[in-house]
Amino acid sequence: MNRRKIRVLVAKPGLDGHDRGARVVARALRDAGMEVIYSGLHQTPEQVVETALQEDVEVVGLSILSGAHMTLVPKIKRLLVENSMNDVLLVVGGIIPEEDAAALIAGGFAGQVFTPGDSLEKICNYISSNFE
Amino acid sequence: MSYFKSNPDLEASLKEWQEKISAMAERPGPFTTLSGVPVKQIYTPLDLRELDYDADLGLPGSYPYTRGVQENMYRGRYWTMRQFSGFGDAIDSNRRYRYLLEQGQTGLSVAFDLPTIMGYDSDHERSLGEVGRCGVAIDSLQDMEILFNQIPLDQVTTSMTINGPAAILWCMYLANAQNQGVGLHQVGGTIQNDILKEYIAQKSWIFPPEPSIRLITDIFAFAADHVPKWNTISISGYHIREAGSTAAQELAFTLADGFAYVEAGLAAGLNVDTFAPRLSFFFNAHIDFFEEICKYRAARRIWARHLKERYGAKDPRSLKLRFHTQTAGCSLTAQEPENNIVRTTIEALSAVLGGTQSLHTNSMDEVLALPTEKAVTIALRTQQIIAYESGVANTIDPLAGSFYVETLTDRMEQEAEAYFAKIEQLGGVLKAIDCGFFQQEIADAAYLYQQAVDKRERLVVGVNSFNSEEKPQLELLKIDPAVESRQVERLKKLREKRDNNAVCSALAGLKVCAATNENLIPKILAAVKCYATEGEIVSALKEVFGEYREKPLF
Amino acid sequence: MQQLVEELLKGNRRAAARLITLVENDDRRKFELLQAIYPHTGHAYVVGITGAPGAGKSSLVDRLLQVIRAEGLSIGVIAVDPTSPFSDGAILGDRIRMQDHALDREIFIRSMATRGSLGGLSRATKEAIQVLDAFGKDLVLVETVGVGQSEVDIVKTADTTIVVLTPAGGDSVQTLKAGIMEIADLFVVNKADLPGVDRTVTEINMMLDMKNDVPWRPAVIPTVSIRGEGIEKIWSSIKEHRHHLETSGRLAEARLRRVKRELTEQVEYLVKSRFWEEVKEKFFLGEIFEKIARREKDPYSSACELLDSTNFFERKS
Repeated sequence: MNRRKIRVLVAKPGLDGHDRGARVVARALRDAGMEVIYSGLHQTPEQVVETALQEDVEVVGLSILSGAHMTLVPKIKRLLVENSMNDVLLVVGGIIPEEDAAALIAGGFAGQVFTPGDSLEKICNYISSNFE
Repeated sequence: MSYFKSNPDLEASLKEWQEKISAMAERPGPFTTLSGVPVKQIYTPLDLRELDYDADLGLPGSYPYTRGVQENMYRGRYWTMRQFSGFGDAIDSNRRYRYLLEQGQTGLSVAFDLPTIMGYDSDHERSLGEVGRCGVAIDSLQDMEILFNQIPLDQVTTSMTINGPAAILWCMYLANAQNQGVGLHQVGGTIQNDILKEYIAQKSWIFPPEPSIRLITDIFAFAADHVPKWNTISISGYHIREAGSTAAQELAFTLADGFAYVEAGLAAGLNVDTFAPRLSFFFNAHIDFFEEICKYRAARRIWARHLKERYGAKDPRSLKLRFHTQTAGCSLTAQEPENNIVRTTIEALSAVLGGTQSLHTNSMDEVLALPTEKAVTIALRTQQIIAYESGVANTIDPLAGSFYVETLTDRMEQEAEAYFAKIEQLGGVLKAIDCGFFQQEIADAAYLYQQAVDKRERLVVGVNSFNSEEKPQLELLKIDPAVESRQVERLKKLREKRDNNAVCSALAGLKVCAATNENLIPKILAAVKCYATEGEIVSALKEVFGEYREKPLF
Repeated sequence: MQQLVEELLKGNRRAAARLITLVENDDRRKFELLQAIYPHTGHAYVVGITGAPGAGKSSLVDRLLQVIRAEGLSIGVIAVDPTSPFSDGAILGDRIRMQDHALDREIFIRSMATRGSLGGLSRATKEAIQVLDAFGKDLVLVETVGVGQSEVDIVKTADTTIVVLTPAGGDSVQTLKAGIMEIADLFVVNKADLPGVDRTVTEINMMLDMKNDVPWRPAVIPTVSIRGEGIEKIWSSIKEHRHHLETSGRLAEARLRRVKRELTEQVEYLVKSRFWEEVKEKFFLGEIFEKIARREKDPYSSACELLDSTNFFERKS
């Protein structure tokens, strides 16, 4: 009877309004059987983390296309840790140069970074493989 | 009646031919346009039996303008090569603009950073990490002065991609022109100023629809009286397409927005011929070559027909749909980014063959970061090669009369008309936004497309087919992280040295005016002239207008 | 578990979130949890908000939060959205409208999918209300989409039920789903800037006036939630209804009914789950199904056989 559902917060931190990717990924995760909480646009890091806390999600997916990822991702990670949510998987998608992506992963800020061209299947598989 | 002489037995021979080829093996499809419109093996005069040359095509510069809005099109002069750019602070961007002008670019196009787009000053907490990142940071008239330092505003036209706070940035530009000694009647350019597509697709909004539309009609009225060479709005399909729409949706939703602005202008008591000639458009050039060309041709025809028949415009300039084009950012791939040069070339060619008035070609690295100088130069060179080497601009609308192109142009028009009817049924554009109609249509199309790519029903070279393991070795533009603190520092100094009493009273006057029906532009102009910042002006207006909130729709 | 409950009672938001997950996942330990928190429940006043998709419920809740917070009350919100029948996944987007309150420590918002509950208000929702009650919320708002069973379920759980309608393009109120008129303690006609609002309000009022002898006559309140118009009235009407329930003794009655139902449901749930657990250990059920399908057995005697095979009702036989 222990129905385990992966709950994912898909969030758009920062000021950019390009939500095509976030919405497409949200649908794909839903179709892969996950429960997706969508934060809406223009969220501050504090809002993202408090939402993750209240919704008790296993995964936070950030969509950032504005170039502010090197500021926003570490800040959100830090707030997660401060709220003892170290176990929450942080995933980032957007326009992110490889060098930055590598730095975010190596620095322990993000579990994985997805960029344009990555398939929905790859994203879904990455998330579900973390909960097998 | 048909313009094409053909064998009276064409129907029979076509049938025979079709039988013959139906027995032959076909390569894997899809045999549809990028937007999913089925494409036949062949088009013939039989497809154009309904075509009436004079009513449907006409000559360039005459109704219904399917073949172009100017009589001589590119035989007179080429399209304006206008690369959208801006990054860092005003000093960085001013340097890039002067470089581009030296390279032969013929107009400027300003990209603002997100805090500017959203109406926040660089020192606002929400601006953290965003200052100068995807455009130039502009907080006050002071930044605008730096941005156009040594660029004569009576000789260069400038396009500014700004919507929610368009009136404010426009006033800064006008005030700066006046400082340079250039009269408002001499200044030319475009502000995007298209709030409807923000609610629909791009989602950089500030105020709710009602006051936003009021700001737009205030701009229409002020420009008609004082800045006659300014394009007061650039009604944009670009972002609708980037958000994932089909070509027909881009066409239909953009023109529906256009009609809504016309109706807003009429409702504000303006005569259609006083403001319609200054309306301009902005379309996407995606990778399906013919579909895009047909989209531009259909757009001109639909606009002309509706303005004439529905809104009773008399001035031919009101009927002419003039547009800027940008190649599709969403068609670029992070994998093997050099391939993007080729994609951009095909897309640019479609814009030129579709009769665009100005063009931005994307740089190959824009899917990874803001473009480097080298990448921008190649993008500009792409346009120059099309113009000066390819010969495609030597005759006007060279694809007219193509059985396929004319058929697809008609079909585009029909699809758009079906959408107009649907929007009408929902109660108009604003109501359709309110019930999420556009947003839903676009999100559905985006998801379908992505699934087709994932399932390899649609191949993207270097992404889901023909890929190499090699990692891209592009040098990327890095934004100096010190830009933010530099900009914040400049802003702090400005706030200290300006006449703060004058700022306060200008903002107070603005608020009073906002609550009335009076034209707001003179008040905004007065505020920017005493160096009130963008954020201060937006905050003042928010107090009166409120803020728009996102629809919770999926 | 003990520690989580202690943390919850101390007001730890993370503990509240975790415990809701626990009931939502139907975790085995949840009864232990519900037992532990039960003595601390009974304080929160529960308001249900239901209505058709697109009626503007989330923005109404958002505005209502603002008004209620001004009186210093702490609030829990549970926003229920349907699970996709195709994938068992869900997109929960009601929060989008409420994110301005995300950082208010006195507001706790939780999105829940209906999961297996066939459009109704799931057990998990009722249990989540208990968690938020024990968490110390003065008020719990439950927002559900008014499709299927949920509007009837909500009335069993909420102290005050609000039905949200829109002028709906001139559709007559008569066409409203049967049953919806009966459940509302309060009608809200949202998007009152659309044409047809007066007619909708009048029609609802006329239908309400046809009923005599009712202890409570629901108010009909036009609102424009995006502009915040009419929201104060909703709040004062909720308070009036509460006052009526408390002074007339109907609140106590309703809560007693709820306890009775809760106990019955709980017993049935336990019997059912224990029964099947035991039966599944003893029999290969697939075989029995096959036999019944082939008409070698019938469902009626098979049911008795299964029941007799357990020691559930020994004393009776």
